[in-house]
Amino acid sequence: MTATRIIIGAEKLPVGSIGASAPGWWGIITGIVTEAALFGYLLFSYVYLAAQPHMSAWPSEPPSLSLAAPNTVILLLSSVAVWIGERAVRQNKPRMQLIGLSAGTLLGLIFVGVQLIEWKSKPFTLASGPYGSLFFTITGFHMAHVIAGLLMLTALIAWSYLNYFDETRHAAISVGAIYWHFVDAVWLAVFFTLYLTPYMSA
Amino acid sequence: MSDADYFRAPVLANDTQALRRRLENTWEGEPGIRGWLSTVDHKTLGIRYIVTAFVFLALGGIEALIMRLQLAQPNQSLLSPEQYNELFSIHGITMILWYALPILTGFSVYLQPLILGTRDMAMPRLNAFTYWVFLFSGAFLYTSFLVGAAPNAGWFNYVPLSSQASDPGFNIDFYAFANILLGISTTLSSINFIVTILSMRAPGMSINRMPIMSWGTLTVSVGSVLSVPAVSLAFFLLWLDRRFGTQFFKPESGGHPLLWQHLFWMWGHPWVYIIVLPALSMVSQALPVLCRRPLAGFSLVALATVLTMMLGYGVWLHHMFATGLPNISLGFFSAVSIVIAIPSGVALFAWLATIWSGRPVFTTSFLYFAGFIVVFVIGGLSGFMTGSVPADWQLHDTYFVVAHIHYVLIGWNLFPVLGALYFWFPKMSGRLLDERLGKWSFWLTFLGINLAFFPMHLLGLRGMPRRIYTYPPDMGWDTINLIVTTGAFALAVGLLLTLVNVVLSLRRGVLAGPNPWDGDGLDWSVPSPPPPYNFAVIPMIASRTPLWERPLSHSYELSSLTYGYALDQGKEALSTTTLDALPKAIVKMPEDSLAPFLLSVVLTILFAALMIQSWWLVILGGVVGLAITVGWLWPRRKLAQTAGTLP
Repeated sequence: MTATRIIIGAEKLPVGSIGASAPGWWGIITGIVTEAALFGYLLFSYVYLAAQPHMSAWPSEPPSLSLAAPNTVILLLSSVAVWIGERAVRQNKPRMQLIGLSAGTLLGLIFVGVQLIEWKSKPFTLASGPYGSLFFTITGFHMAHVIAGLLMLTALIAWSYLNYFDETRHAAISVGAIYWHFVDAVWLAVFFTLYLTPYMSA
Repeated sequence: MSDADYFRAPVLANDTQALRRRLENTWEGEPGIRGWLSTVDHKTLGIRYIVTAFVFLALGGIEALIMRLQLAQPNQSLLSPEQYNELFSIHGITMILWYALPILTGFSVYLQPLILGTRDMAMPRLNAFTYWVFLFSGAFLYTSFLVGAAPNAGWFNYVPLSSQASDPGFNIDFYAFANILLGISTTLSSINFIVTILSMRAPGMSINRMPIMSWGTLTVSVGSVLSVPAVSLAFFLLWLDRRFGTQFFKPESGGHPLLWQHLFWMWGHPWVYIIVLPALSMVSQALPVLCRRPLAGFSLVALATVLTMMLGYGVWLHHMFATGLPNISLGFFSAVSIVIAIPSGVALFAWLATIWSGRPVFTTSFLYFAGFIVVFVIGGLSGFMTGSVPADWQLHDTYFVVAHIHYVLIGWNLFPVLGALYFWFPKMSGRLLDERLGKWSFWLTFLGINLAFFPMHLLGLRGMPRRIYTYPPDMGWDTINLIVTTGAFALAVGLLLTLVNVVLSLRRGVLAGPNPWDGDGLDWSVPSPPPPYNFAVIPMIASRTPLWERPLSHSYELSSLTYGYALDQGKEALSTTTLDALPKAIVKMPEDSLAPFLLSVVLTILFAALMIQSWWLVILGGVVGLAITVGWLWPRRKLAQTAGTLP
């Protein structure tokens, strides 16, 4: 049998940043994996110190949910808004695209505001004991990610105003949106660990 | 806008001089100092990584030699205890963090696009950024020397020794911030490798045809992405404990010092595999060429690589056997530590089978790879021994452990790296290294490492603790220590010969041509050194050994190396599907850019400002850094990131 050269022909291929073919798409997915690992190690630190026998340094009451639970809903709604914005760009509805992204950003800002009130209401501080250190460091890390996400959304809103995207070319919005969904999803893990598990053991 | 701006059928063409001239014009970097700072060419960056990592190897080596002079005889006073503490700390830190992975990253940055058949990394500007951050993080670390506050609590930096109460100066803060900076570089370069290997392979290079070296790089990149956050977090929490009164590691208020050890070794042990697996995969890539046959047991070696990394996540506790952990943990982690010998053994027997059934060519590279196998076994065995809990309790914190770590890191990292240097230097420079000098260098380093580190096992068995700055004369350690010091200097001379070899051969070496070793991979199908665009046409791949298809005739389809995708409408590359490597998209590659360099400078200043708590500088750095980032990520028409007609 004589050998022949392999030919791998291709029909029309997307040129440049289109959907999941953009390098940034895989970049952000991989980035999310490493950020998720970071939160994994943060929550490990919490569980590790919580499991130690010296519970006197630990608060006796589980944390109040009166601010944190509604705030969780607000953050989830912001994800829905960003999802609507991203879907709108795919359907070529620029008005809806702006409304969705802006509403997501606004809800994110409200989350930050409520979280600041929550921080103020706590009787302990960063330095008052291991629980305070863990609580403020973990929620602080999350807050930093929310702020990074808000900066991304702001840039996307600006670029949307400049009409940079259309129904085919919008990888930047998809990349920003998936990051925002991650920031919200990881909050669920933080919320579950810091706020809900104490009720289970109590 | 029309459909044609968004979708295009790539043209298949022959490799012609006219095409090469066109590509040369498109891909050539800017000249001058601006071009030097703004280049995104993976070949330039790869060589920079390699050179910088070798500089760190030299620094760490000089530190080691000074320590060996101090320890050559009992009761010496060349170094004060404080100086000795700083030297052994920064020696370990330099070698493990700033040499061992960056050197492998350098080879991967240079070689991955070439062996995968593409024109650059998936994210070229990010590639430049990770290099600069690596360089500046190292400069940051060594600044601590200049201001007389080098890290002094060992490379694993245990609390409470590294706590603010015991160590109030900036020493530990320098280590903390340099480590976090380096972690950013490592994580981002790993992300770049993952995306490159999974989406930029030449068409036809399905996952089962991917070179073994890509398996190594891919595996440890995933490993880094998952494990580096642990150590970055540990150092951040330590900094909070030291400067802001948090209570993570302080037992008196309910924190726990072992939390540091857990976080550190959750990174630290995977890291051991991260800094050896790519080196092992370079052996698996190059050794078969020198044995004139494909790698024996390719699939098993690939699987063993992945399995070693996975098991590497389940052994961190074996660094903590002496901390009073429950027996069930000791048993589990001891078992995994011993089981991990199995995948290592698979790779070992694959190399032996490759040599046994091949026709070895005894070049300097081959000697280094063969020498590596010997050292691999010794280092592996002593690791196997310390994996057993009772043996570990006896040997913990003695020179036996020092012997083990050096056999592993020099043997499993430095020897493959030197072999790879002799093997790929002709590709990078266009000239061969001198074989005679190379063989002298090999025998001296081989003799040196065994003379320096084998007797250390005996020192450990005789009870010499690690990290003591001197010892009394009547302990039975004198002669062995003198032998160790002699070996260390022999090793240094051997390495110096290779440096001389590199300098001489750059100017006078024999011209190599594209394929001096008659290799099988795509890297050997391009000129030495390769042109800026690597491949005039993107090749189409039919087997694992595209350059050996006729002699092996194991495939009735042949790879197409001179007829393929031209992709010459601007800086373009081809992205392919992850498993089958079918064409997926035409990627627009970025031009040279100053943003990566500027952002890395600002980031380094930001970290320095955080360390000295100069908050106005932190804010300034944050704002400037943000502005550069926005500029970098600004959607560009030329990169086909915005709607509308392409220029």
